[in-house]
Amino acid sequence: MLRSAAWVAVALLGAVALAVVGLMRGEPVNAVWIVIAAVCTYLIAYRFYARFIARRVLGLDPSRPTPAITRADGLDFVATDRRVLFGHHFAAIAGAGPLVGPVLAAQMGYLPGMLWILAGVVLAGAVQDFIVLFISMRREGRSLGELIRLEMGAVAGTIALLGTFLIMVIILAVLALIVVKALAGSPWGMFTVAATIPLALLMGGYSRWVRPGRIGEVSLLGVIGLVLAIVYGRAVAASPGLAAWFTFTPVQLCWILIGYGAVAALLPVWLLLAPRDYLSTFLKIGAILALAVGILVVAPPLRMPAITPFAFGGGPVWSGSLFPFLFITIACGSVSGFHALIASGTTPKLIANEGDAKFIGYGAMLAESMVAIMALVCASMIDPGVYFAMNSPAAVVGTDAASAAHAVSAMGFAVTPETITAVAHQVGEKTIISRAGGAPTLAVGMAQLFSRIAGGPALMAFWYHFAILFEALFILTAVDAGTRACRFMLQDLIGLAAPSFRNATSFGPSLVGTLLCVGAWGVFLYQGVTDPLGGVNTLWPLFGISNQMLAAIALTLATVVLFRMKRERYAWVTMVPTAWLLICTLSAGALKLASGDPKVGFLAHAAKVQAALTQGKLLAPAKSLADMHTMLFNDRIDAALTAVFMAVVLAILLLGIRACRAALRADRPTVHELLAA
Amino acid sequence: MTLRNLWRGLVEAGRLMVGQSSYRAYRAHMAAHHPDDAPMDERAFFRHRQEARYGGRNGGRCC
Repeated sequence: MLRSAAWVAVALLGAVALAVVGLMRGEPVNAVWIVIAAVCTYLIAYRFYARFIARRVLGLDPSRPTPAITRADGLDFVATDRRVLFGHHFAAIAGAGPLVGPVLAAQMGYLPGMLWILAGVVLAGAVQDFIVLFISMRREGRSLGELIRLEMGAVAGTIALLGTFLIMVIILAVLALIVVKALAGSPWGMFTVAATIPLALLMGGYSRWVRPGRIGEVSLLGVIGLVLAIVYGRAVAASPGLAAWFTFTPVQLCWILIGYGAVAALLPVWLLLAPRDYLSTFLKIGAILALAVGILVVAPPLRMPAITPFAFGGGPVWSGSLFPFLFITIACGSVSGFHALIASGTTPKLIANEGDAKFIGYGAMLAESMVAIMALVCASMIDPGVYFAMNSPAAVVGTDAASAAHAVSAMGFAVTPETITAVAHQVGEKTIISRAGGAPTLAVGMAQLFSRIAGGPALMAFWYHFAILFEALFILTAVDAGTRACRFMLQDLIGLAAPSFRNATSFGPSLVGTLLCVGAWGVFLYQGVTDPLGGVNTLWPLFGISNQMLAAIALTLATVVLFRMKRERYAWVTMVPTAWLLICTLSAGALKLASGDPKVGFLAHAAKVQAALTQGKLLAPAKSLADMHTMLFNDRIDAALTAVFMAVVLAILLLGIRACRAALRADRPTVHELLAA
Repeated sequence: MTLRNLWRGLVEAGRLMVGQSSYRAYRAHMAAHHPDDAPMDERAFFRHRQEARYGGRNGGRCC
């Protein structure tokens, strides 16, 4: 009785908070209302929907032994306390994605993004994570590709592997692009990020020879080094001689990153990757907690309108209208197909009890969604004029404060050149104009929050560079680890044709695989860096489409498994989000291919460039005929990739329907659960 | 839950986040199931786990 009363109270509080956020007009809404609305939504979803999925849809059986019990080896398969495992799983799924997407989506106002984050996570994202974890847990912790092969056949498995590889390539390119955007022309930022390399090497040596296994110790030393690097970075930026060493153009940074990726992915893991992963993981958790505390303590009002005119299209940050593009812009935090790879990775091998899967699969995704909500708050609490000056491409706002203030004010967000310069000055940068990609905007928001808790304006520049560093750190770790993962996928794919290529230990295939992978994401990175519209414009939608497409594949697998378990009466739980993701990705893909608007459609843009070329004219911002041909080539590559993504998702859909029909015809469950012998 | 347990849990969670599963659990497993085999020492275990997390096919983590 008391319990139901408490749940009614949570529901009422959530409804009130949502009403305040959704209906209040005219005066700024406080961020705390958004947080309350989100937390109440999560509580209700977890208590009722996740429990329904656990008990009725999947039939979790706490008495059934998990792989951690049946295959216990003390190494990969270890029964682990559920709270410890929650931390592990959360750290693996939460990265830059939930921080970037919502920042970009804020151009439409905070309301559309917030509603999609909440609805998406409850009905799609957390459901996907939970059910894939369940499927893998019942099959000895196998990976997504193997699960698809097991339940949907070898063809589907190979198609999914190809799709996953392409997604990795796009993810790596877009992550690297975010780093380029944040570090270009910023000696302070570049110095601190560069300093992490010798620092990580020292840490690597320390934990290899001096005190192996002392992760806490070596991480603490590393963090001290990082703080010193940030503090000293100010002096570097202030000294003209030193600053010149760390000031790079975007194109230079692009080549540096490509070279870094190739070398880092071939080094032994203990030297650079592992120690840097310690730093980035612990900083990430720390920064997320600090962000949560900051928002609750400062309780900032949201200055961005609830809905801006750009909800109907024409926005400067990314092109296209709310449907379907909002739903691919915010992927992580709402629904992210990439999580299907994590949920079928190490986590299912560590679950002690089947009953824990709900807390870990569904719960950790809710926590990631909260990160996305906080990023949205950060982007919406800063001056909207500053937000648009930071996130619009140079082609729209120019490169100096006067032109940016003029252009942004003309969009309807009044801002003075002085305000823009003042913000840049506060955070210790020469310019903040046209730094799309999410990280710098988030860093400004975090700097404003943290400086109000500790240090005041004096520490603002420190907090800004701390935020940039923490994002750059885990993005570089992801680039390094991702290139390795990519290489294995490629070796597997090529290995289908030439089995000797699968041999992961020999140097030849490793080198070839690494160079091919770095080359693949390098092409897209270079294209993004040289893109006159800022690159994020092009690459982020591609990333969103590919990530949601992977989610659709994972949810299709989940649907097939439900049919084969003879639980098809509950299959709407996965079919509804699958259908929604298919609608979004296919229509976004179709628009990217066929839209007549050159700002949205790749082919329309290619046609425009082609027409200009035949007339012998140059199309801004191309400065030479070679530039024009590059633009043409990029458009066609992007269009081809979009077409491949759509073909992959359609093929999986058809194979999924076939598998479901076959399961319906069978008179008993046909599912391939692997039980311990 | 005592403070000591809480701290232990946090340390264990932190280590698992970077792929280091519990050495105690490993020793317990070896003692219970493979009493005749010599277990890896702590250093070898650390390196083994490091390699498993970063060097193998489990390199995936999210964007």
